[in-house]
Amino acid sequence: MLRFLVRRALGAIVILVLISAVTYFLFFALPADPALLSCGKNCGPQEVALIHHNLGLDQPIPVQYWHYMVGLFVGRDMPIGHCDAPCFGFSFANQQPVWDIIKDRYPDTLTLAIMGAAIFLTIGVGLGLISAAKQGKLFDKIASGVSLTGQSVQIYFIGPLAIYVLADQLGWLDHGHDVDWAHNPVGSITGMLLPALVMSVIFWSNYSRQTRSLMVEQLSEEHVRTARAKGMSSRYVFFRYALRGAMGPIVTIFGIDLGSVFGGAIITETTFGLHGIGQLAVQAVLQTDLPLEMGVMLFGATAIVIFNVLIDASYAFIDPRVRLA
Amino acid sequence: MTSPTQAATEPEPVPEDATASSSGSKIAPELIGRSPRQLAWLRFKRDRTGIICAVIVGVFILIAIFAPVITMVTGKDPYKLYGQDDNLLNSYGYPLKPNGGIDGTHWFGIEPGLGRDIFALLVYGIRTSLGIALCVTILSVVVGVAFGLIQGYTSGRTDYFLGRFSDLMMSFPQQLFFIAFTPVIAALFVKPGSQESTTIRFMALVLVQFVLGWMSLGRLVRAQVLSLREREYIEAAKLSGASSWRIIRKELLPNVWSTILVQSTLLLPINVTAEAGLSYLGVGMQNPTPDWGLMFQSAAQYYQSDITYMFFPGIAMAVFVIAFNLLGDSVRDALDPKTIR
Repeated sequence: MLRFLVRRALGAIVILVLISAVTYFLFFALPADPALLSCGKNCGPQEVALIHHNLGLDQPIPVQYWHYMVGLFVGRDMPIGHCDAPCFGFSFANQQPVWDIIKDRYPDTLTLAIMGAAIFLTIGVGLGLISAAKQGKLFDKIASGVSLTGQSVQIYFIGPLAIYVLADQLGWLDHGHDVDWAHNPVGSITGMLLPALVMSVIFWSNYSRQTRSLMVEQLSEEHVRTARAKGMSSRYVFFRYALRGAMGPIVTIFGIDLGSVFGGAIITETTFGLHGIGQLAVQAVLQTDLPLEMGVMLFGATAIVIFNVLIDASYAFIDPRVRLA
Repeated sequence: MTSPTQAATEPEPVPEDATASSSGSKIAPELIGRSPRQLAWLRFKRDRTGIICAVIVGVFILIAIFAPVITMVTGKDPYKLYGQDDNLLNSYGYPLKPNGGIDGTHWFGIEPGLGRDIFALLVYGIRTSLGIALCVTILSVVVGVAFGLIQGYTSGRTDYFLGRFSDLMMSFPQQLFFIAFTPVIAALFVKPGSQESTTIRFMALVLVQFVLGWMSLGRLVRAQVLSLREREYIEAAKLSGASSWRIIRKELLPNVWSTILVQSTLLLPINVTAEAGLSYLGVGMQNPTPDWGLMFQSAAQYYQSDITYMFFPGIAMAVFVIAFNLLGDSVRDALDPKTIR
């Protein structure tokens, strides 16, 4: 197990290094001069040269990339000031350390991700299980219709609708707003409920469809029939035999989805005006704030890669046949 | 979603004339050979959901192609600011008439703020978004299939390196990548100082989405080719001296054709919504170019006072995506009756 995890972690690090390299080279090699971007309209050639030197842009790009990577692990001294160990550089827009901005924004993303994931997993798998138990009945048909619709709508459509109906008109739920766990823990939860619910729609539809078809497949397996024939209760067989067999693929999708929501739910955050990582990414791009973009990108990629490793490890717990040698 | 199970329980379309058996004639009907394509078409024709969805999808495609004709007939221009020219907006920029200004001349109402005709905007928006998504889909399918064929057919070291390359591409955070690189790619084509044109944005969006769009199909094709290349008929073709190119083109490609078709049908709506999402976030197409995603962006600014605007692009897109997904399922059922979902 440990050996497997170490090997997968090494693979993940290689992937991350490659992603960071590709991103770095594309950002800093191709577009308009970052010095001009950070300096503004009326900049003489001398000022530009000075900024070039300050940002280290007068060095070859591989050297810059090397400094960047070293800075990530041990920190580095930049002309603007010292930057502590995970050093992602300083934002062009407001000269703050990128890592501090990300840390500042992360509670929103984390709360949204955890609440959203809890909601979509419960509703999705629950609906799928009931549908599979009541195959062909009215509930099954309605549930699959709802899932199909849920899978086909977009957050930028149902988000504003949900705010309008549930928050503005009916007043049942809070408008989405940023979390503040230190001062307002209750408000942090109520403020994240509507965004989490809306975000979960596009996810749970997938889970209910997948769970239903996996359970239907499992229930027709021979070991399930044998268990029934031995006289085990259908409830026991349903949860202990069929559900266990269906869990592998569900965990896979769950891991992939978790990776993407922990890296920032971009459209949900923008729709509800939440200041999380996803919204930060859009803001960085619109302001051409390259160090910030780079930091957010690496952060998102890390989230995805970590969850991929976790999925692989979790197979062993779910399915004892899997050997991780 | 009951049709697939029904279709599965129905007997296979046997190669005999349907009218002959239904008329009750005892004479043994003449056997007609049918190509796999004809069989698939027969199965598809009996799938009512599939037919309805195909019609809906067809209507959307026709709207996209004939957008200029449609707006010419209705006499509206997606760039013209009717609200300001004809005084249809109040001092806050909202339509004077109820329900977002729907009336005989502006069927879907007018946009708050700028006052453009929503019907014309939607028709042209569908054209832009569908156009981009179609280009992305075609490029992804061509490259994905090429990768899959090369990987599966050559195997060995080429397969390994191409496989690791597609693994790397798959581990990029997709949405972040799209957002971060669309402006970068667009900036590549623009000379410093000059204005960026719509065509360049279009190309940048296509390119960025395509770069991360081909891997899943590539993997599927590779897996299929890997199992096909050990079959006897491929071996026979090799022994009789057929070139690799001929084997790929004449023996392998026809057998992966159904996978390609099904995957492209499922890929297109994903690309449409991804493109609309980018424009919604402000990094896709830019105003005043009509675009499906930009309509959501402007509707989201005004929804508190004018919710009607939101419904037209929203429902149109939901219908489009549902129809396309169901069509994809039907195509799969028709092409491969063995698959159970």
